[in-house]
This record gives sequence, C-alpha cells and structure tokens, in this order.
Amino acid sequence: MRYVSVFILGLVFWLLITFRFTVPNIIVGAAASLLCAAIFAGYSMTGTLQMLNPVRWFWFLVYLVTFIFSCIKANLDVAYRVLHPRMPIKPGIVKIKTSLKSDFAKTLLANSITMTPGTLTVDVKNEYLYIHWIYIRSEDPEETARIIIGPFEKYIKKFAE
Amino acid sequence: MAAIVLISVGVLFNIFGCIGLLRLPDVYNRLQAATKCVTLGCCSILLGVFIHFGLTDAGIKGLIAIPLLFFSATVAAHALVRGTYHFGVKMTEKSVKDEYKSDVI
Amino acid sequence: MNMWLEILLYTQIALSGVCLYRIIRGPTIPDRMVAIDIFGILVVGVCAIIAIQTGKKFIIDIGIAWVILSFIGTLTLAKYLSGKKLNE
Repeated sequence: MRYVSVFILGLVFWLLITFRFTVPNIIVGAAASLLCAAIFAGYSMTGTLQMLNPVRWFWFLVYLVTFIFSCIKANLDVAYRVLHPRMPIKPGIVKIKTSLKSDFAKTLLANSITMTPGTLTVDVKNEYLYIHWIYIRSEDPEETARIIIGPFEKYIKKFAE
Repeated sequence: MAAIVLISVGVLFNIFGCIGLLRLPDVYNRLQAATKCVTLGCCSILLGVFIHFGLTDAGIKGLIAIPLLFFSATVAAHALVRGTYHFGVKMTEKSVKDEYKSDVI
Repeated sequence: MNMWLEILLYTQIALSGVCLYRIIRGPTIPDRMVAIDIFGILVVGVCAIIAIQTGKKFIIDIGIAWVILSFIGTLTLAKYLSGKKLNE
C-alpha cells in the first residue's frame, strides 16, 4: 500500500513538473517513480488510506485558512520588530508539551510553529517541543502552550492523527 | 494587474526580511526574521507568476513551487537552528531564559 | 508597468547583495550559513520576476531546481554544524 501511494505521488509530481503528456514521457516518469518507491517507501508516512476520508479534508481546509492568516500576521509582527528604532525583543527558549502522537502530525505542528508570529522550533524530543521565542510574553508553561500551539493543535489532531 | 500587486507585496516582505538580517543582534533572531519574511515574500511572487500566466504550464509550475519552497524553507530552518545550538553559539545578552540547555547538554 | 517590474527586479538583486554583505561580514560561521540559505530563496524570486518580464517560461524550471538544490545544500551545512557524519 505504501509503495503504491509513493508511486502515484511521484508520477503526479513528475507529470506536473514536466507538463508534457506524451507516451514516452509517461514511461520515463513511471520508471523514475518506481525507483523512488523502491528506495524511499520505508520512510514514508503511515496511514495513507485514512487520508481519503472527506471529513479530514474539510478540517484540512479550516487548518489551511487559519494557517495563512497567522502567517500574514507573523510577517507584520516581524516587520514591526525590525523597523522599530529600539527593537522590542526579549528572546529565549521555552519548552512545551504536546498531546499529538504520530510523527506526521508532529512534523506539521513544528512547521506551523515556525511560520507563526515570533516562534521557531529548535528540537522535538518525545512529546516536548523546544521553541525559540522572540518576545516571551508569559512565564507560566500552560499559558505559553495556549499562546503558541493553541490555534493549530486541535485542527491537526482532527485530520492527521 | 493583480500579479503586479502581488509581486510588489512580495518584494516589500523581502525588504523587511533583509533589514532583519542586517539589524537583529544574534543568529537565532536573524534566522527567525529572515526565514519568515523571505519565504512568504517569495511565495507571494510565485503566486503572482501563477496569476500572470494563468492555467498554462508555467502557471502550474509556479503553483507547485509554492508548497515545495514552504516545506524546504521550514525544514532547513529547523536543521540550521539545531546545528547552530550544538555548534555552541551563545544567545544575545537580552535573552531571558533557556530551557534547552539543561535538557540536552 | 514594464518599468515597475524592472525596478522590482533590481530591488530583489540588491537584496541578494545584502545577503552577500552578511556572508562576508558575519561574526560567526552560522551567520554565514543563514545568509546562504536566505540567498538561495531570494534567487527563486529573481527567477520568477525574470520569467514574467521576458516571457520565457523555462526560467520557472530553473527556479524549481534551485529550490531543491539549495535545500539539499543547507541540510548538508547543518549536518556539518552539528558535528555529525553525513549518514547519521
């Protein structure tokens, strides 16, 4: 099952990137994606069948909209900190706990944290995330977790677990 | 016209990112500002390419370059900041706490 | 409109020059690596603007290839920084 999903993904990516739908091109692409599937399927994510569920796609869209909004907010935030004459920064590394289990969900959460206002994931160990924060707003661990991962964790749990 | 507006916004974000690269005090803050601003700026430029060319081959290629750029930039930022910490670069004097040091080294 | 695109193109190239300044001047080695990473992303923007300005579509392909190559290069540099072998 894993092999088939990696093969289909690779073939679609090849066709989009070359954009020429002739028979020789499709044969070359199929050979290349077969090679990729043979090598890389062991590293691929698990649970590919459950991603076909439309409810998950709905939550994925909700997550995407939230993510794009917070991404734009992050850029305005950085612009404010950079252009301010005295540079209001108070950086530090904080440690928060997440309840997500699978590796795919943790990767998505770390990527979302990197793109949200003022935070950057440094490392992931078991269920703890270490985050470099450009302006520390609270000392309490629960408050910190609520500010940083609050908007994303519930949506990611709905579509990627 | 919309393409020109998107490209202008993207170049503006790139300018903010490069000012951050020049002004901020240490490597962690620089990485943070530069990665965020420059990645979103270039995604905006590529979206402008998609709108300009429409649903032709070049437009589709610009559209699939966006998630590629996004994931590669964020993963590269994680790898760089982790490598920098293990390399032993000190954080700036303005830093207030460091909960990573006691757990790792 | 073409004039404005040209101004944007030269601005983008000047921003790459800012990254070069950070590469030459950077106080520590990680500073230089961060600047190399940012330089790689900025070049993709330059490729996209040139593709619109000249109307030649193959330049987008160069941009996509540049994204992937710069990603691999940055990962290698980060491995070097954390002091591990390349196969760990």
